[in-house]
Amino acid sequence: MPKRTDIHKILIIGAGPIIISQACEFDYSGTQACKALKEEGYEVVLVNSNPATIMTDPEIADHTYVEPITPAAVEMIIEKERPDALLPTLGGQTGLNTAVAVAQNGVLEKYGVKMIGARLDAIHKAEDRERFCRAMESINLRIPQSGIATDMHTARRIAADIGYPIIVRPSFTLGGTGGGVAYNPEDLENLASAGLDASMIHQVMLEESVLGWKEYELEVMRDKNDNVVIVCSIENVDPMGVHTGDSITVAPAQTLSDVEYQVMRDASIAILREIGVDTGGSNVQFAVNPDDGEMIVVEMNPRVSRSSALASKATGFPIAKIAAKLAVGYTLDEIPNDITGETVASFEPALDYCVVKIPRWTFEKFSEAEDLLTTSMRSVGETMAIGRTFKEALQKGLRSLEIGRHGFGADGKDESDSENPVLSVSDIEQMLARPTSRRIFYLRQALVSGMPVEAIYELTGIDPWFLQQFAQIVDMERKIAASGGEFAPGLLEKAKAYGFSDFQIGFLTGLGEDHIRQMRKSEGLRPVYKLVDTCAAEFEAATPYYYSTYEAEDEARVSSCKKIMILGGGPNRIGQGIEFDYCCVHASFALKELGIESIMVNSNPETVSTDYDTSDKLYFEPLTREDVLHIVETEKPDGVIVQFGGQTPLNLSLPLLAAGVAIIGTHPESIERAEDRQHFQAMLNKVGLIQPPNGTARSVEEALVEARRIGYPVIVRPSYVLGGRAMKIVYNDGEMENYTRLAIVASPEYPVLIDKFLEDAVEVDVDAVSDGNVTVIGGIMEHIEAAGVHSGDSACVLPPYSLAQGQIDEIAAATRAMAKELNVVGLMNVQYAIKDGRLYVLEVNPRASRTVPFVSKATGVPLARLATKVMVGRSLADLGFTEQVHPLHISVKEAVLPFDRFPDVDTLLGPEMKSTGEVMGIDTDFGRAYAKSQIAAGQHLPAHGAVFISVQDSDKQAVLPVARQFADIGFEVLATRGTRSFFEDNGIECRMINKVSAGRPHVVDAIMNREIHLVINTGTGDRTREDGYMIRRAALKFNIPYATTIACARAMGRGIAALGDRALGVAPLQEYHKSS
Amino acid sequence: MKALLALEDGRAFACRSFTGPGETSGEVVFNTGMTGYQEILTDPSYRGQLVTMTYPLVGNYGVTPEDIESDRVQVAAFVIREYQDNYSNFRASGSLADYLKDHGVMGVDELDTRALTRHIRQAGAMRAFLSTNDLEPRSLAARARQIPKMVGQDLVQHVTARQPYYWQHGAPQPCRAESLNEGVWDRQNDAYRVVALDYGVKYNILRCLEKNGCQILVLPGRTDADTVRRLVPDGIFLSNGPGDPEPLGYAVETVRNLLGYRPIFGICLGIQLLGQALGGKTFKLKFGHHGVNQPVQNLATGRVEITSQNHGFAVDAETLDANAVEVTHINLNDNTLEGFCHRQYPLFTVQYHPEAAPGPHDAGYLFGQFAQMMKDNR
Repeated sequence: MPKRTDIHKILIIGAGPIIISQACEFDYSGTQACKALKEEGYEVVLVNSNPATIMTDPEIADHTYVEPITPAAVEMIIEKERPDALLPTLGGQTGLNTAVAVAQNGVLEKYGVKMIGARLDAIHKAEDRERFCRAMESINLRIPQSGIATDMHTARRIAADIGYPIIVRPSFTLGGTGGGVAYNPEDLENLASAGLDASMIHQVMLEESVLGWKEYELEVMRDKNDNVVIVCSIENVDPMGVHTGDSITVAPAQTLSDVEYQVMRDASIAILREIGVDTGGSNVQFAVNPDDGEMIVVEMNPRVSRSSALASKATGFPIAKIAAKLAVGYTLDEIPNDITGETVASFEPALDYCVVKIPRWTFEKFSEAEDLLTTSMRSVGETMAIGRTFKEALQKGLRSLEIGRHGFGADGKDESDSENPVLSVSDIEQMLARPTSRRIFYLRQALVSGMPVEAIYELTGIDPWFLQQFAQIVDMERKIAASGGEFAPGLLEKAKAYGFSDFQIGFLTGLGEDHIRQMRKSEGLRPVYKLVDTCAAEFEAATPYYYSTYEAEDEARVSSCKKIMILGGGPNRIGQGIEFDYCCVHASFALKELGIESIMVNSNPETVSTDYDTSDKLYFEPLTREDVLHIVETEKPDGVIVQFGGQTPLNLSLPLLAAGVAIIGTHPESIERAEDRQHFQAMLNKVGLIQPPNGTARSVEEALVEARRIGYPVIVRPSYVLGGRAMKIVYNDGEMENYTRLAIVASPEYPVLIDKFLEDAVEVDVDAVSDGNVTVIGGIMEHIEAAGVHSGDSACVLPPYSLAQGQIDEIAAATRAMAKELNVVGLMNVQYAIKDGRLYVLEVNPRASRTVPFVSKATGVPLARLATKVMVGRSLADLGFTEQVHPLHISVKEAVLPFDRFPDVDTLLGPEMKSTGEVMGIDTDFGRAYAKSQIAAGQHLPAHGAVFISVQDSDKQAVLPVARQFADIGFEVLATRGTRSFFEDNGIECRMINKVSAGRPHVVDAIMNREIHLVINTGTGDRTREDGYMIRRAALKFNIPYATTIACARAMGRGIAALGDRALGVAPLQEYHKSS
Repeated sequence: MKALLALEDGRAFACRSFTGPGETSGEVVFNTGMTGYQEILTDPSYRGQLVTMTYPLVGNYGVTPEDIESDRVQVAAFVIREYQDNYSNFRASGSLADYLKDHGVMGVDELDTRALTRHIRQAGAMRAFLSTNDLEPRSLAARARQIPKMVGQDLVQHVTARQPYYWQHGAPQPCRAESLNEGVWDRQNDAYRVVALDYGVKYNILRCLEKNGCQILVLPGRTDADTVRRLVPDGIFLSNGPGDPEPLGYAVETVRNLLGYRPIFGICLGIQLLGQALGGKTFKLKFGHHGVNQPVQNLATGRVEITSQNHGFAVDAETLDANAVEVTHINLNDNTLEGFCHRQYPLFTVQYHPEAAPGPHDAGYLFGQFAQMMKDNR
């Protein structure tokens, strides 16, 4: 059947910012879909507020709207673009929910837009738990006993009927926000009320607990002729009770016989038919009772999901691309399988390897949050590893996590590695009984301590098959250790085939990593590379997608042409996310344009960089020295790019350099120079720039002396952590003493770094590209939050909105001078602070930064692509980029924070980065661009209503003009007693409201009653904790927009004022770029 | 224990026996299914073959008496990447290694099965010798060259039923009838009377027939047409079986004499016998189809079925008389013939395995179609 010719223009809704449960995978799926539809000759309209995505690159879709993903914005886009169809299934839950909203409010009908890929009714049937229950019953599938409650009374009654423990699942939420397991009526009160609030339709389902059952997922695709294929089966290592996004998973399923697998396959197909998913991909989750095989359906997603991305990478089957083609009328048998080139997509991939996915958590960023895994997802990223055995894949996956581990323990980092065991049996039992981010390592410690598999099974519910695999790794660990480095024949090879890294073997034998590496080299023991080919070698594969293993035959097809290797960023985490993948993908695009072979190395299955057609070759491998060097030895690339993938490849640059690898672009020593305090100081002196006064201390006494010399407030941090972790602003000796004592006790060998904190300074971020001679500024961004908030968490605006031209020129000149001094070839990012007219350099990073994609979207300049070309020897003059582009429009970047996932965490911003993603607002003036960025970030800015203002004393003067502005645009101002009298003394009319501690009704009551529409609350965290914390959490919970800094409040005021002037409009990036 | 697998072309693969010492030989083929090893091991169509699984981890869920496709392990040897002795499944009654040992069949692992598979894909299925005694690649390869080739061998004789038997309540039951005539059927039972000619039938085919309302009498592969006619069945089923269809003249003869007599349904070897009986030719595929993910298109509906397959030979569609025969199914991977029916006779047949076991149930409707055909012909 041919594709549909009744539609010509298709709207795709993206997933918006990276949040927990919605990460890069929807950039991957959206990009594939846009490309697939364009390939078919359709005109593609895209809306996505996330500037760090490849899909929002102006050449991916025809009309790219970087606008808030709201029904209102989508309606404006539809009105303007008049698409024939809307494809709602590729933008995650956000895309799906927004599509449902515009379908239900009549917009699609009004403009004659057809929904393709999934019918509205099918979406409802899958998402509405009550209808889903009935649908499953009608096809004789069992689901857990359950009941639907829309109020607490009903919830209590249902729980009493079903019994405890009971699962609480809110309807229509992301990743099960607000869900959890209630073990008793008290838990139920908390969870069910949170769930009702979190649900878009104020509904929770209470469900029979199947905790401890085995969990499976099937990725299913169906076309309009009712052809159905299962792309992949996935088995969760962690049993039911842990969100599948937080579970270690393996593909294909390991412990199902064919009989049981086929029952599951039949059920998935029946479910797709019953729900009415006419075309595209869906994901169906099952739970299986380990004792009798009883199977129940957990849920299904009628759209491309996180698991689809994983399944695509695990099998080579491009689910999103094929879903897009099915949506426009193709059938599976009409779509070629790109990997083999000779077969079609209507088949089920056969794997001849084992895939393990491991989530990456960042509990360390949220000290108040409990490290506990539940049915609500907490992880921010994931890594995938491929091996010929489960053991190999697991160990590769664990060393890909970027948490300093080298495999399944055995690397000296666990309690049991110390001479005197510090863990008792009961300690270990406790660590096993509750699922946490670290449980996997305690599983090893349990086995090392001699705990039997049966006992571990009792505690964890993890299937004995997996436990036996762990036990086999531990057995091997014992053999390696016992050998002392005198390996029996074949032992070293077997250890490598079990996934042991040289580091682990070096640790276990006491010989060290380098020694083992040399030993292997002299024996010629190195990995081979095998192909991911969808068909288990039944057909020749056309696409070179490789993984390493220790076996006989090497399939790497090494070319003799010029080639460059790009090291990716590994798993997403806070501080290193999609922005770096964006840069790596651009490096690949640039190399393609230059006719140079591109070789991508990465371990993150969510990304565009690990798509099989992004680079000429893909190595799905851990980004460790050992693994990367093996690829270098095989491919012998002409150069390696380390400056685009964030901290992960940068950490490898010196070891790779030492091994003789040609690192192109800025020399790793220059990168190091910018990171080292003394070198940095010397460099600044040389070019006549200054940094805030600073010092280091190795004792509490020294710290106090230094702090007094520098002058409070100061920013302190231990020198051993990167990325703003454990940074703090301290205001006096007392705080300093407490902080230093803790830091020095924790890590006595490292000094504490102390910097002057420039209060109320304006922070500026600059991205530039240099070819070694010429440096061109890509963009200068002024932060909206004052210094002290991590740049990744701060909103920023391009071009600067409050700086004088002279200051801007000074910044540009300083940037150029440092680029020259550091011999930058490629990208460079500088952070400045301006206080009292003086320019301070806070940080220089001669590499890709988090803001590169934002700058590129704002200016239309593909910075990362230019930088890549410069790194392979082209000059900026050759490339025609010698002048900074000054856009006429205003672009605002806003950070998106995961506080709603961490119920006990304060929402204040500080020097430690906490955001997971970002959005962009573009318009012709600041207020409107800022308003769009807020709406895109989920802050529902009110046009009128009541604003509650409560600020710490030091902010009182500064908040006055803000309060006045809100009063002027018609807001009622509410304040607590102290602030009210201050306002009234200054002529601002104000209503008094009780502090929480002053008796009820108080401000939190007013928030709950929705009498307050905007909250402005500043504080430092500790001091104002009592009231401020409760106010901020209440605002978050009831989705009331809030500002925790004066700068943010001021910007919100301007944004709200702009909203009042005239309604917001929409425009595509292509239009903005044309007029720049 | 160390073992060596040597191919007739001289390529050898070091491996480890997980079933103790032994020697065996046969044609080596690969199967791409990720589950279903016990069904594969007991499938009579694998008679005389060393089977390698492309999925590397095998043994995970143990074995169970419920998942057998014949009364013994049929493969000559089982070749895998990593044997899993620690199985986990609520139905498991024992480990794969013990099961193979009990049946006297060798299992080897720690072999680069992907390299072996690639080699077969490129060079074709070939003879091999596996040994724990002789670890010398050249001598073992020479021994591989000495065993008979698959082409021209009658392997059916080793797997066909010795005596007629009924298939009842999911299991074989002895047929105690003194003579084979209409009296063998259960008169109280209205179920279709089906004669299944056994060339190595898989139990699940019989289970599927029974589920679709048939009473089944399984007859040895050498049964002649007159014997079948004396039974006055409602339909005739031609089973799957191992090896080359070419030397099975006796079976082709029987089939030719039954054309048009009663509805006929053939699976796998059955299609090859029907093809020959209708004047067509069969040929050896380079490395065959062995797996559970083969896409087959039903030309009447356009629908694609994901099918279970296990065959090394196929009917050449070009050699069939298009006036007599209508092609109903083709393989979307290589466009080979997967099914046909006859324009006059009540007869249809497929190359793939609608009974699955292992594999998807997409084509299970064919058993219903056979029942319908018998109903229409009654």
